[in-house]
Amino acid sequence: MSNHPLVEVKDLAKIFDVSAPWLNRVVERKPKMYVHAVDGVSFTIERGKTLALVGESGCGKSTVARLLVGLYKPTQGVVSFDGADIAATLATPEGRTLRRRTQMIFQDPYASLNPRWKVQDIVGEPLREHGMVNGSDELQQRVIALLQSVGLAAADVEKFPHQFSGGQRQRISIARALATQPEFLVCDEPTSALDVSVQAQVLNIMKDLQRERGLTYLFISHNLAVVRHVADQVGVMYLGRLVELADKKDLFDNPRHPYTRMLLDAIPDIHMTGRSRTPVQGEVPNPLNPPSGCSFHPRCPLANDRCKVERPALAEFQGIKIACHAVAEGRA
Amino acid sequence: MTAPLLEVRNLRVEFPTRRGTLLALDDISFDIAPGEILGVVGESGAGKSLTGAAIIGLLDPPGRIASGEIRLEGKRIDNLGYEEMRRIRGRQIGAIFQDPLTSLNPLYTVGRQLVETITTHLPMSQSEARKRAIELLEQTGIPAAAQRVDQYPHQFSGGMRQRVVIALALAARPKLIVADEPTTALDVSIQAQIISLLKNLCKEQGAAVMLVTHDMGVIAETCDRVAVMYAGRVAEIGPVQDVIHKPAHPYTTGLMGSIPAMDEDRERLLQIDGSMPRLNSIPTGCAYNPRCPKVFDRCRVERPNLIQAGATRVACWLHAEGQENRA
Repeated sequence: MSNHPLVEVKDLAKIFDVSAPWLNRVVERKPKMYVHAVDGVSFTIERGKTLALVGESGCGKSTVARLLVGLYKPTQGVVSFDGADIAATLATPEGRTLRRRTQMIFQDPYASLNPRWKVQDIVGEPLREHGMVNGSDELQQRVIALLQSVGLAAADVEKFPHQFSGGQRQRISIARALATQPEFLVCDEPTSALDVSVQAQVLNIMKDLQRERGLTYLFISHNLAVVRHVADQVGVMYLGRLVELADKKDLFDNPRHPYTRMLLDAIPDIHMTGRSRTPVQGEVPNPLNPPSGCSFHPRCPLANDRCKVERPALAEFQGIKIACHAVAEGRA
Repeated sequence: MTAPLLEVRNLRVEFPTRRGTLLALDDISFDIAPGEILGVVGESGAGKSLTGAAIIGLLDPPGRIASGEIRLEGKRIDNLGYEEMRRIRGRQIGAIFQDPLTSLNPLYTVGRQLVETITTHLPMSQSEARKRAIELLEQTGIPAAAQRVDQYPHQFSGGMRQRVVIALALAARPKLIVADEPTTALDVSIQAQIISLLKNLCKEQGAAVMLVTHDMGVIAETCDRVAVMYAGRVAEIGPVQDVIHKPAHPYTTGLMGSIPAMDEDRERLLQIDGSMPRLNSIPTGCAYNPRCPKVFDRCRVERPNLIQAGATRVACWLHAEGQENRA
């Protein structure tokens, strides 16, 4: 057993070119425009653990997910999986093995399953593609075993996606992701499209599977209560950057970054009936034109002149990682 | 006890289809008092949005009210014609929908839409209405309202658009606001702003609110009373505190247990197995009986009506007379 973490991300960045077409740029004299969707993100995930990334829309959490499975090429930085650089390995013949070892579960089970395929084909495709079975009998048996491991019935192999409810569809996605016996699963908002009672079913299955198979998860969500339930470590993202990275307990018991505090305070809680509060003002700025210095400073109650000009780096602070001048200076 | 502002009595909504009539809402009854915030909660397909649509008279055809009554300040509004209902909508009942982008006209400036609403319902001149529009935008917390009144919806962010929609709903000072998932499309930090805005404005104006949402947290923080819906029926209705802390219906208990909590650590969430029945295959007896952990013989054959159980009213045989030991 190796000691290095399963997934290691160093200074990862992804820049998208969102410029207007060439003719428009020439005629209307528009400049080239770039979005720094992910900007210098670093973290590690230990084997068998769950790292959750949270943040509001447009903070770059889904882009990180796609970079980790190789759906995007990083503009800068390295993602290494079990010691090997993902972007470099995918170009070589070993890339297939790597693809087998990492799989992804997407947000919307209505869009991520082919409506014209039977469950048999949907779940069996990765097995066939990676040559993991011999003959159709074995394929069918493997598919049935996979379906049963996520709580579906053997008879479901003959059905089409439209014959299932949202929660059942998400289980099919999970069964498909598990088909190649991956070690690492990237889950991009796997329960956001589901009702709470169904969400509970899916979260329980994911936890059971992690225990049985020793899976490692990257779990992307905007729901802090869900994150608290599944994660070991939590990273909070704001406008493409990690602002706080800590163990779950530290983060929820003692949030340090003003943005983390704001997020935690904003969640309506069923045990706080009739609570009145003053929510933090302002909105997430346009990522095309992010504020100078610390990108949270226009909304931050602790911002001072330094925050407006100098961008804080993610640094070790009392056992957690945080990017905030106010915390580092002891003003928080 | 003041007279209720809105009374819904035995409301049934049907959708006739080629394969038979689907009963989407079945025997819904509740009241909303003046100034009260009633939460309506349930999972997708429970009929919560449909209840809101029936009250504001915007049921999509072929849906129709089959029987029952809706009364606003004692006057029936469920049988009014299109024109009469149009005058009530906006003037007496305001509506806020989930997606603020689709509830605003992209071709008109925000100000023009507000002025149109105000002059339709209130005796005001154009210039007075414009002044009132700017006032409304200021009240909903839009900075530089005097400039932004002349901008188009696409120039506003999601949270700001929802503020405009709230301003529109409140423009004619209605007595009742039907808000259908007003914060579902928004991020949590914006959701908190919008909820507290809605709560404060309605308090100032003395407007009652029917808040439809699937988020128990929002209900807990905002509402006075809550109705839990399941498969087109009210499963439980009562004061928020009681329903959340002492749920009487097994469905409410399951729903509360399946929400990951922020202040306790559990290895597994309580889960309700199965899913909500489809409208064409609602089980006989209590609609929840196939999923209910406390089901007994009577539940499978006879449908429970709302029964008083402590402070709440609940549709469950566990609370019928002689069954106290089971609950």
